[in-house]
Amino acid sequence: MSGLVIEREVLIEAPAEVVWRTITEPDQITQWFASRVELVVEPGAHGYMEFGDQGGPVVVEAVDPPTRFSFRWNHPRGEEPVAGNSMLVEFTLTPEGDEQTRLRVVESGHELCAWPDAEKERYAEEHQEGWVEFLDRLAVLVAKRRL
Amino acid sequence: MAAGITVPADEELWSAIADPSRRQVLDLLVSHGAVSASWLAGRVPFTRQAVSKHLVVLERTGLISRRKQGREVLYQVEAERLDQAARAMAELAAQWDRRLGAIKRLAEAAHAENASKNPHDQ
Repeated sequence: MSGLVIEREVLIEAPAEVVWRTITEPDQITQWFASRVELVVEPGAHGYMEFGDQGGPVVVEAVDPPTRFSFRWNHPRGEEPVAGNSMLVEFTLTPEGDEQTRLRVVESGHELCAWPDAEKERYAEEHQEGWVEFLDRLAVLVAKRRL
Repeated sequence: MAAGITVPADEELWSAIADPSRRQVLDLLVSHGAVSASWLAGRVPFTRQAVSKHLVVLERTGLISRRKQGREVLYQVEAERLDQAARAMAELAAQWDRRLGAIKRLAEAAHAENASKNPHDQ
């Protein structure tokens, strides 16, 4: 979905099953994300991720191998991460042929998480421009005006 | 906030620009400079009251500021804050690009290793 906080993608020369293991297995996650990972890949499972000297709980949301994996993180300490107080990270894996996988990640923020799906869809349709592009465009416009 | 994001997640800022109506207001302020709430209300499909609320939220994030000119209150974009916000967003995107790049390298290496171990499976 476009228009959310951050949306990035990459094309990987490996089948979806291999990419799936890379993004879900704790000893793999430590190589691209957190420095320590305690995680059971089951919907609703509570885990923990450490980043250097900081750390925080994560909660697994969707587990649909090998196409969809999402978790919530970055919520206030001591609070259950739910829609409205946390960031949702959603991975989508799309096979392209036998040997390639398109991996997309969307990290969405507090307010958006709490929106009903219909609202999110309308928002995405009206605002194809992502937040990064939106702010960037505004910043460039402002800079031009100041010249 | 729990730790983990190296760029601080600016909740207020994100909430502010998450709203499509506020993005519209911000867009108008960027393209037209210092304008009043009534001027804005004439150019958006929502009420003057809604415009005022959006201006309050945007002002709280520091993205816009107000000044008095005669009897009018004019709103304008704070270029430096906007620039800072754009850079923070770009850095968050770059963080994910680095992570996706690492995932790509790991998965491709694992795949190459599988292929060399099981050449007959290919």
